[in-house]
Amino acid sequence: MKKAAARLYTFLMFLFLYAPILVLIVFSFNDTETASRTVWSGFSLKWYQKLFEDRLILEALRNTLIIAVAAAAASTVLGTMAAIGINSMKRLPKRVMMNITNFPMVNPEIVTGVSMMLLFVFAVGLFGGRSLGMASITAAHITFCLPYVILQVLPKLRQMDESLFEAAQDLGCPPAKAFFKVVLPEIMPGVVTGMIMAFTLSIDDFVISYFTSGTTQTLPIYIYSMTRKRVSPEINALSTVLFAAVMALLIVVNVRTAKARGQAKEERR
Amino acid sequence: MKTNSKLLSAPYTVWMTLFIILPMLLVAWFAFTDRSGAFTLDNILSVGQYSNVFLRSIWLGAVATAVSLILGYPMAYIIAKLPAKRQSVMVMLVMLPMWMNFLLRTYAWMTLLEDNGLINAALAALGLPRAHMINTAGAVVLGMVYNYIPYMILPLYSVLTKIDPSVIEAAQDLGANDKKVFLKVVVPMSMPGVISGITMVFVPAVSTFIISKMLGGGGNLLIGDLIDMQFLGSAYNPNLGSAISLVLMVIILICMGIMNQFDEDGSSQEGGLML
Amino acid sequence: MNNTIISLKDIAVSYDGEPVLSGFNLEIRDGEFITLLGPSGCGKTTVLRTIGGFIKPDAGEVFFSGKNITALPPHKREVNTIFQKYALFPHLNVYDNIAFGMRLKGKSERQVKETVHEMLGMVNLSGYAHRGVSQLSGGQQQRVAMARALANEPKVLLLDEPLSALDLKLRKDMQVELKKIQQQTGITFVFVTHDQEEALSMSDRVVVMDGGVIQQTGSPTDIYNEPENAFVADFIGESNILDGLMLEDYSVKFAGHKFQCLDKGFGTNTPVDVVIRPEDIDVVQADSTHITGEVTGVTFKGVHYEIIVDVAGFKWMIQSTDYRAVGDRIGLSLTPDDIHVMSKSAYSGRFGDYSTFSDEMEEDMAATEEAIESGEGQADENQL
Repeated sequence: MKKAAARLYTFLMFLFLYAPILVLIVFSFNDTETASRTVWSGFSLKWYQKLFEDRLILEALRNTLIIAVAAAAASTVLGTMAAIGINSMKRLPKRVMMNITNFPMVNPEIVTGVSMMLLFVFAVGLFGGRSLGMASITAAHITFCLPYVILQVLPKLRQMDESLFEAAQDLGCPPAKAFFKVVLPEIMPGVVTGMIMAFTLSIDDFVISYFTSGTTQTLPIYIYSMTRKRVSPEINALSTVLFAAVMALLIVVNVRTAKARGQAKEERR
Repeated sequence: MKTNSKLLSAPYTVWMTLFIILPMLLVAWFAFTDRSGAFTLDNILSVGQYSNVFLRSIWLGAVATAVSLILGYPMAYIIAKLPAKRQSVMVMLVMLPMWMNFLLRTYAWMTLLEDNGLINAALAALGLPRAHMINTAGAVVLGMVYNYIPYMILPLYSVLTKIDPSVIEAAQDLGANDKKVFLKVVVPMSMPGVISGITMVFVPAVSTFIISKMLGGGGNLLIGDLIDMQFLGSAYNPNLGSAISLVLMVIILICMGIMNQFDEDGSSQEGGLML
Repeated sequence: MNNTIISLKDIAVSYDGEPVLSGFNLEIRDGEFITLLGPSGCGKTTVLRTIGGFIKPDAGEVFFSGKNITALPPHKREVNTIFQKYALFPHLNVYDNIAFGMRLKGKSERQVKETVHEMLGMVNLSGYAHRGVSQLSGGQQQRVAMARALANEPKVLLLDEPLSALDLKLRKDMQVELKKIQQQTGITFVFVTHDQEEALSMSDRVVVMDGGVIQQTGSPTDIYNEPENAFVADFIGESNILDGLMLEDYSVKFAGHKFQCLDKGFGTNTPVDVVIRPEDIDVVQADSTHITGEVTGVTFKGVHYEIIVDVAGFKWMIQSTDYRAVGDRIGLSLTPDDIHVMSKSAYSGRFGDYSTFSDEMEEDMAATEEAIESGEGQADENQL
């Protein structure tokens, strides 16, 4: 009896979570001239065609990817360095650093976005020139990605056996080399996870980009303008493509981790 | 890994000072000055005009948080009791919608909730009366719950799976049946997760502006909408906008302070972010 | 006078498809301190959890005071468990932990208060009532776990290796405490451990188990002095286990000599296992009337010397306060009392001699010898 109730609840919850997504996907194939979102007139791929011909979308996508790669790379390097530094701090400075790190995550995004907008606009007042654009968006993205990278790397540093680093030095390895040969491989899972998180957060960010982008369009910003205009099922097509891409990525990741797990089990036997 | 590695975090410190601390100081500065740069309290005081917006935001945010908690807890519990292999799949399925763009998902609800939208079409087909759902406070709450409930489920799940099974057995051993075990052991021990979840839902819910714009129409303005209007909207007034932002931050800090009273050993900070 | 309080009949339990217990039978008497002793994996914890109700056996029945409780869930059984890692409720303080069971039963707060303080006194933790459990040391947590279980007035207490996480001296103190409490309250204690010294020092009866099968049941002195097979002899204390031939009652031949002994009933010219405890051997001059050998190792243990003697290729261990140097030839003197004869069993020959103490070392050394002989142990010149 309990199991049946649990199953029903789970089903309803997933229905709730996935219903809008399914609706979007189904209606992306809707063959209609009137761009109706709710009346089905037959199957068609024309919205996908229009999507791929839309210059503006492709440009927005390009911007988004450039920013995401740059932000992920910069925040990963900077964040990993920071995590190492923070890990070896004494209690009080460590606490201060952790509070600074946690701050952007508890602060509402809109306040962070607005504050950065003020910064960039203000900077114009002092230095002149273009204030809001790719550079400002990237800087903003790096800023909100950093805490997430640090929070992924720091636990790995803590978990790591301190004596590994000492053992390497004991065997004659200079500290810098010891770091790359011993520490980095140990914390790599955290670094990689942090990098992936930074990448996805950057791609999906809307609020902060909205305030720091000026006239530059990232994909989420473009989507926002599309929703304002209540335009065509192109949006549905876009959603479906994004969803498929995410699914594919997750399937690949899961297959690889399942394989690794299976391999590890084999080796143990 | 001692003296020189501390310096590794120096670039980070510089960055954060420049991009977090400095901007926040700017917000404070703008909040307390007027257009000419002179000190004034007018901005802060005029925030009082918008008290109804603040109250509405806090109210709707609180309702959304409560609904997320009530709906999310059973889900987290169900997943935590599944065999280990199934758990990670289920968690991924709960997370998956979050990988879809936030705007698109909210947009999709418009399709469902509109007066001539899908839900009403289904109701009509069943012979039931149509319901006016879009552009209401209810729709806004629905949007909030929909977007943020995974942030409630994940920390709860994380905490529930960490409960030592022998503590559960000890409770049974001492005479507790399933219901008592749940109420007297599981729920109290899951509190750090509850607090994490509440924080992770309330903060974005109370400060959103997209959900209120798309699902609430013009009649359900929230704090976020106000701020948006002051900076990028028609009523360009960064000073007022900064003042509103400052008040919003203070409100949230107060709420978090209250929450921290319930979390004495700081464990919510570790159990929370399982992103 | 047989007050059996718990009875396990033909219990079968398997885990992951592997059988852990099959056809397991045990009777536990009211008021006794009985210990289940054996190496890890022998099934002793499984037996305990079956009694507690956390494991439902695939076959067989569990009886409590004559009533069949096999289908009864843990919260309805009148037994209480002390878990290996104590399992104290982290969100409750000491007082509330101890009060937990009583409050479930609906006792009045006055009764609860009285009992909690009584229990705290019994475990020497009076005054700790309002401490948080995370602030307590291992030993203190263990005593709170005891108090919590005892406050429930169980008829039987199940203890799952409760002392294994404590350090040596504290463990010894707790052994004394537990025994005292058991005698004071008269509650039946079912204790699980892999530490044979612990089992011998606390129990009224010991049940030695291996591979899900009871090897021997008896009082500590019986188990020690008269092990029934090589496993028990090897597991309990140190023992020299030798191949022998029972010539006739009271007469046995081993290590090339004939000895008088106190055992009978093995028939004539029957192959047997002979057990000699190291502390029973006297060191004498090497002559033809005694077993002789060459000393290959001497270790000072404080209390005595541990002397390894090579007797015709088989290494014996002697514990003696007399010092002998490596290389000395010595004689081993035995009285009939020191010689204990056991039937051959599946364990015969499994435990070797004292060239190594552990199975792991023995296996690795044997594997190394093999590898060297077949040439694998040589370093590959190309790799250098």
